[in-house]
Amino acid sequence: MTQSLLHQILDPANRADPYPIYAELRKTPVHHEEDGPFVVSTYYEIRSLLHDPRISSDAHNLVSTGHDPLAEPAQEEQSELPPSFLRLDPPEHDRLRRMTNRHFGPPHSPHRVDGMRGELQGIVTGLIDGIGDPGRIDLVDQFSYPFPVTVICRLLGVPREDEARFHGWADAIAASLDPDPDADPAERGKGAPDARMQLGMYLAGLIEERRKNPGDDMLSELASAKGPDGTLTTMELLSTAALLLIAGHETTVNLVTNGMLTLLRNPDVLQRLRADPRLAVPIVEELLRFEPPVQLVPQRTPLADIEVHGVTIPKGSSLWLVLASGNRDPRRFENPDRFDPDRRDIQHLGLGSGIHSCFGAPLARLEAQFALSELARRLENPRLLEDPPPYRQNAVLRGPRHLSIACDGIRP
Amino acid sequence: MNGDGPLHRLRREGRIVVVGASLAGLRAAETLRDEGFAGSLTLIGDEPYEPYDRPPLSKQVLLGMADADRTALPRRRALDATWRLGVAATGLDMAARRVRLADGDEVPYDRLLIATGVRARPWPREAEAALDGVICLRSRGDGAALARRLAEGPRRVLVIGAGFTGSEIASACRERGVAVTVAERGAAPLVGALGGVVGAVAAELQRAHGVDLRCGVMVTALEGDASGRVRAAQLSDGSTVEADVVVVSLGAQRNTDWLAGSGLGAGPRGIACDAGCRAFDIRGIVTDDIFAAGDVARCPHPLFGYQFLSLEHWGNAVSQARIAAHNMISESTDRLPHLAVPAFWSSQFGVSIKSVGVPTLGTEIVVPQGSLDGGGFVGVYGYQGRVVGAVSFDHARWLPFYEEQIEKAAPFPPPFPTLDRRPDAQRPRDADFPDPSVPTHGPTVTLSGYSPADRRMTFTPAH
Ligand SMILES: Cc1cc2nc3c(=O)[nH]c(=O)nc-3n(C[C@H](O)[C@H](O)[C@H](O)COP(=O)(O)OP(=O)(O)OC[C@H]3O[C@@H](n4cnc5c(N)ncnc54)[C@H](O)[C@@H]3O)c2cc1C
Ligand code: HEM
Repeated sequence: MTQSLLHQILDPANRADPYPIYAELRKTPVHHEEDGPFVVSTYYEIRSLLHDPRISSDAHNLVSTGHDPLAEPAQEEQSELPPSFLRLDPPEHDRLRRMTNRHFGPPHSPHRVDGMRGELQGIVTGLIDGIGDPGRIDLVDQFSYPFPVTVICRLLGVPREDEARFHGWADAIAASLDPDPDADPAERGKGAPDARMQLGMYLAGLIEERRKNPGDDMLSELASAKGPDGTLTTMELLSTAALLLIAGHETTVNLVTNGMLTLLRNPDVLQRLRADPRLAVPIVEELLRFEPPVQLVPQRTPLADIEVHGVTIPKGSSLWLVLASGNRDPRRFENPDRFDPDRRDIQHLGLGSGIHSCFGAPLARLEAQFALSELARRLENPRLLEDPPPYRQNAVLRGPRHLSIACDGIRP
Repeated sequence: MNGDGPLHRLRREGRIVVVGASLAGLRAAETLRDEGFAGSLTLIGDEPYEPYDRPPLSKQVLLGMADADRTALPRRRALDATWRLGVAATGLDMAARRVRLADGDEVPYDRLLIATGVRARPWPREAEAALDGVICLRSRGDGAALARRLAEGPRRVLVIGAGFTGSEIASACRERGVAVTVAERGAAPLVGALGGVVGAVAAELQRAHGVDLRCGVMVTALEGDASGRVRAAQLSDGSTVEADVVVVSLGAQRNTDWLAGSGLGAGPRGIACDAGCRAFDIRGIVTDDIFAAGDVARCPHPLFGYQFLSLEHWGNAVSQARIAAHNMISESTDRLPHLAVPAFWSSQFGVSIKSVGVPTLGTEIVVPQGSLDGGGFVGVYGYQGRVVGAVSFDHARWLPFYEEQIEKAAPFPPPFPTLDRRPDAQRPRDADFPDPSVPTHGPTVTLSGYSPADRRMTFTPAH
């Protein structure tokens, strides 16, 4: 018997190439199996739902998760922290996002991300310098994984000597997002609550310290600033800091890894990037379309019965928006299955859209641009040792678990 | 297909003339080349500059963040065109298909695009308008002059008229720490474009930023000192405002005077054209070789009962220019209608304002998201039970949804729950637009009836 489409999406066997399943899915733009989630897969329908004020991101509005295999309990049941703005609706969402952005982006902090260029260059250089044997590199463990955690540490202002501990917690939390199906269910993700707790306690201490001795890092500013919306409470600040870490970690790992994998499969583009690092900008945009690290957002629900493409989605049902499928919708993109950094019309859904669109987007783009252009420049004659590489289980945050490559040497 | 029909000949070796070398003119010219027009292309503009962008003139330029002479529009492609800059078109001979220029030249055309836009409505009393320190804001030169005055640290600026441009100028003054008085004939700023309910929010915003806002008054006279510098203004309530800069922001006049007597359906309301941007003649018959686009055009819109719409919107100039250009060199069956839903943006007092659709058509308003009391909101306008427009203060990310609602002629008031709907905002109320028979200075969208040949319009500036 053939598997249902929903099972095919979730089946790890399809992780290396989910795109044929999405093509199948798009034949019914709103796909629904029994009491499962409503799965939306076409570009225009997804985009319009992302801008629809009847759609909530708050788990409390879910009437019943039915058989949604990706359903998570409301966040506060998982940890002591209040929900982060990713899982809140306006006006709370807007208030917290605005207060956080005051210390991250324009108009109040136009230089925060730009000011990290030197830092990013230094981190990338350090990681590539430390690669060791060029004949056998695991790009994930040696480069992609440590990179974003270090960046978030520097952004928040975590002291250098504490970075190693931070990496430990981040790894444990990331592992819990990707449970090993063969492990004993009782053991699964067991380290994560501990890691969350320790991370929370560590950050609470750091916030306390920064309130007394503020620096010019983001955490100091968030802890002490008084804007028109007042000051974040310690609990709000803790969930926001944890959100920045979690939302910016696995996603960036996958963008960089998918990026290198795609470049190695398209050597002509890799060659062009080596010759002209400015090409990193359109390459990263096309990657966000072609191999988006966040394949789908599974956390939406309508506040009322709504009709999408002739299907009524009842109030409170769970809704999956398959961004990666919308990005390959031939009604929107010409030749959608072709990786083409010269595309001019590239309004992809890789960073979401609407009020929850990626908060860290300017940083994420810059990270990936630096990483890919430096890898292209410094690795001599790089090649894939295994194609396709082994993937993580996770169907939402999709990416290779390892990326084995070899090269002839590493340029200075 | 016949490779040598008249259309093919036009596309290969025809002569296209564009009058008005600004946003609409440039984008139309680029589209003509994009679509393969290989004949001769002439752009005629009375300003001595290459096309530049106007929105920054009341924003970044006044804050000293951009130079007025650095606002050139980005070019999307090479044009291979003849530019006749610094020379105005003064007449049109429709029968002979020629445009007359101020320097005596005549330029023949096979297809003509008119994109002459609008100009600022001047202060009606010439002697007062000529006083040093009295400024209108439309061109690059105006922007540079006003920026210079603001940089000199005037004691007070008086802005006459609180439409979008006047309000943005007041905002720039406050941001630069310059004292500013705004005199507005209507009950609130932006009332002509957005109605009284939203106007009240704009008024609050101005006052909170230290603007001396006077509504319901008219400026009756400007006074100069012995050296001819403006020094004060008399208001209809008997008060006097001392100011050394006066910005006259009373809305716009269509640049159609040069077409007087040509037989084209052009008048103070603009140039009437069909949904494909072809201009009507005064008999109400559509021409097939003259097209109009941008601020100067008025076009029937199917979403709004086919009434003629005049829009002073950047986005409209761009989309209409593309449609006009495409239609100029297309077979009648390949022509496209101009259907874009109007959209406008403004930024003032730290708030980003956007609107879609035609708020001025609305009689009622609801606030389905956010609050008029702060933190931003979305306001939705309804007319006869359907959604016709929406406005956002700092909530622009929701507007695409309301744009769809407008396109679908969705029912008003919206019958569904929305995120961040406040309990006090459930019921629609009167949007409170001023009486349309008393034109305000700046609705920026004007519905102008059904008749293509309608040339009547009266406007009585403050006396
Ligand atoms: C200060 C300011 C701020 C603005 N801010 C915004 C904003 O925030 N958002 C928004 O949506 N819109 C804004 N606008 C409106 C926007 O700039 C216009 O919609 C746009 O410029 C229209 O382009 P156009 O090409 O149709 O007309 P115009 O830009 O007016 O160009 C017409 C051109 O034709 C020339 N011309 C006129 N008569 C003749 C003649 N007889 N012969 C030759 N040439 C002639 C004119 O000199 C001019 O160069 C603003 C406008 C101004 C002035
Ligand atoms: C590199 C790759 C990244 C990708 C592909 C990505 C993708 C996304 C997507 C698709 C969303 C929308 C989620 C939704 O609609 O529910 C999102 C939200 C978010 N992202 Fe990213 N992200 C990346 C990196 C980052 C980084 C580096 C940070 C932090 C510095 C970050 C912080 C956030 C936050 C805080 C949100 C929640 C925004 C909100 O709810 O308002 N992201 N991201």
